[in-house]
Amino acid sequence: MLRDIFNKKRKYASLPNQEGKQDVPEGLMQKCPGCNKIYYRKELERNLNVCPHCDYHHQQNAYERLESLLEKDSFEEWDRYMVSTNPLGFPEYEEKLEKDRKKSGLNEAVITGKGKIRGYETAIAVMDARFRMGSMGAVVGEKIANAIEQARKEKIPFIIFTASGGARMQEGVISLMQMTKTSVAIQRLHAEGGLMISVMTHPTTGGVSASFASLGDFNFAEPGALIGFAGRRIIEQTIREKLPEDFQTAEFLLKHGQLDDVVHRHDLKNKLETILSIHQPGGELS
Amino acid sequence: MKQVLDFEKPVIELRGKIEELKKLTQESEMDLSEEIETLEQRLEKLEEDVYDRLTPWNRVQMARHPERPTTLDYIHSIFTDFMELHGDRLYGDDEAIVAGIAKYKNQPVTVIGHQRGKDTKENLRRNFGMPHPEGYRKALRLMKQADKFNRPIVCFIDTKGAYPGKAAEERGQSEAIARNLMEMAGLTVPVVCIVIGEGGSGGALALGVGDHIHMLENSTYSVISPEGAAALLWKDSNLAQNAAETMKITSYDLKELGIVDKVIPEIRGGAHRDIKGQAKKIDQVLQESLEGLKSLSKEELLETRWEKYKKIGDYTTLPL
Repeated sequence: MLRDIFNKKRKYASLPNQEGKQDVPEGLMQKCPGCNKIYYRKELERNLNVCPHCDYHHQQNAYERLESLLEKDSFEEWDRYMVSTNPLGFPEYEEKLEKDRKKSGLNEAVITGKGKIRGYETAIAVMDARFRMGSMGAVVGEKIANAIEQARKEKIPFIIFTASGGARMQEGVISLMQMTKTSVAIQRLHAEGGLMISVMTHPTTGGVSASFASLGDFNFAEPGALIGFAGRRIIEQTIREKLPEDFQTAEFLLKHGQLDDVVHRHDLKNKLETILSIHQPGGELS
Repeated sequence: MKQVLDFEKPVIELRGKIEELKKLTQESEMDLSEEIETLEQRLEKLEEDVYDRLTPWNRVQMARHPERPTTLDYIHSIFTDFMELHGDRLYGDDEAIVAGIAKYKNQPVTVIGHQRGKDTKENLRRNFGMPHPEGYRKALRLMKQADKFNRPIVCFIDTKGAYPGKAAEERGQSEAIARNLMEMAGLTVPVVCIVIGEGGSGGALALGVGDHIHMLENSTYSVISPEGAAALLWKDSNLAQNAAETMKITSYDLKELGIVDKVIPEIRGGAHRDIKGQAKKIDQVLQESLEGLKSLSKEELLETRWEKYKKIGDYTTLPL
């Protein structure tokens, strides 16, 4: 189910570290999967990883996301060194984790903490698809639940950026139960009037889509993001028909009433600021 | 004719032989009682060997047995005055989930469960027990009703998973499951969940946020089917038997992982051999559960539910 999402060739789907032929020198130049234009990576990065020609939204990694949203030096990270114990004793799992730690510079598939968005202090969690496809095991579940609890206790908003293939297979039913853990935490936040904003980025599927990603007071998505419960191939095999090209895209979900809006990355900070200001006790920055 | 699983063939064959000999004794003058007695002793021993040492894969087969008792079987044996209620008030009625009000030892309860069919016709009607969003929304509607009238909720879990279909995605399968998880967390009445067959991923979990979770001995609870896990992890769905072990999906595994409260013992040879007898075993555990939860205040109930789920999943800290 998980891998389906990543293997198929889709207009909107692209992942870093894809193996295969590259007709541009790695690192320096980048070819846009949306319009096939080639440009400097620097140019792309300056534009928040959005193609300057066709608006294709390349993935932002967790650090890029935090940097683009938060005031400089305002970020305080939580649970930074929390790692998995391989609870099922799953073969080769620890090696895979180690490899992803080296590759991504992350300890797990989510970064949590608090920081300031244009003056508004907020708890924030950002998932990163470079680490085990952003999949959720015990550590991801625990870090997210802790961040939600901290937001509740400090009475600050909670914002989450999701990017995940779903539950982490190597942690089996324990990863499944993280859906419950995070959802119970969100219930406690909502029960006390806490604000939660979910921004679904590419891809948000399976157990993550079917838990915290869908539980914000506001649920947004980035253009072209793949969002859904079941994998496309599984559905095609089950119903024996071809699915439309835009199936399970952010735009598809918007059309079917599943999202508050699809938000261009360049507009995101402004939108978040507006929501945060509307939900301040006095209606504006206190 | 009962369906026979591959690993229980020797038992069934021997049982057949004994029947044959008994018939022969009746029909002829021959006295075979000694032989029969020896064989019956052997059967007893063989049954022990086969059924008391089931592998995880055997248990998967048991959980999927076509004659395995369903939610409605247990509802009719354990509760009285069951009245089924339909529809989510938004889109339709999903027959993959049954729900209603009933009495349990004269106390009002709400009962909800996944519902498989036992034959092809019923399975088509019930979509093989794989719900659409409207099924989960019906369940939630009736949980809220139970909350309002302060009656406990009993959920039976028995599904391969939420239905992976186009319409299900369009109507928000993810949102429906997610909402149930969150809303169940906030229910101020006791919730007891019992896995009776397959507990397949998010589709099972959406009825599974209980104060107590129990599993029938030969039921499973997993993030993905053994076939799916094998295809995904080793690119070979034929390795499903291995996956059934590696993924730790049996009742005993989940008890060990601290997710399940009680393993409910099964009738030897599987729940389908004696539905009434199995219902009695479930009844005992359910009664204990509800008795125990009755004493908790609403606040305590919410707090212990949070603590129960918060502690699932170990982690450690990287050395600095």
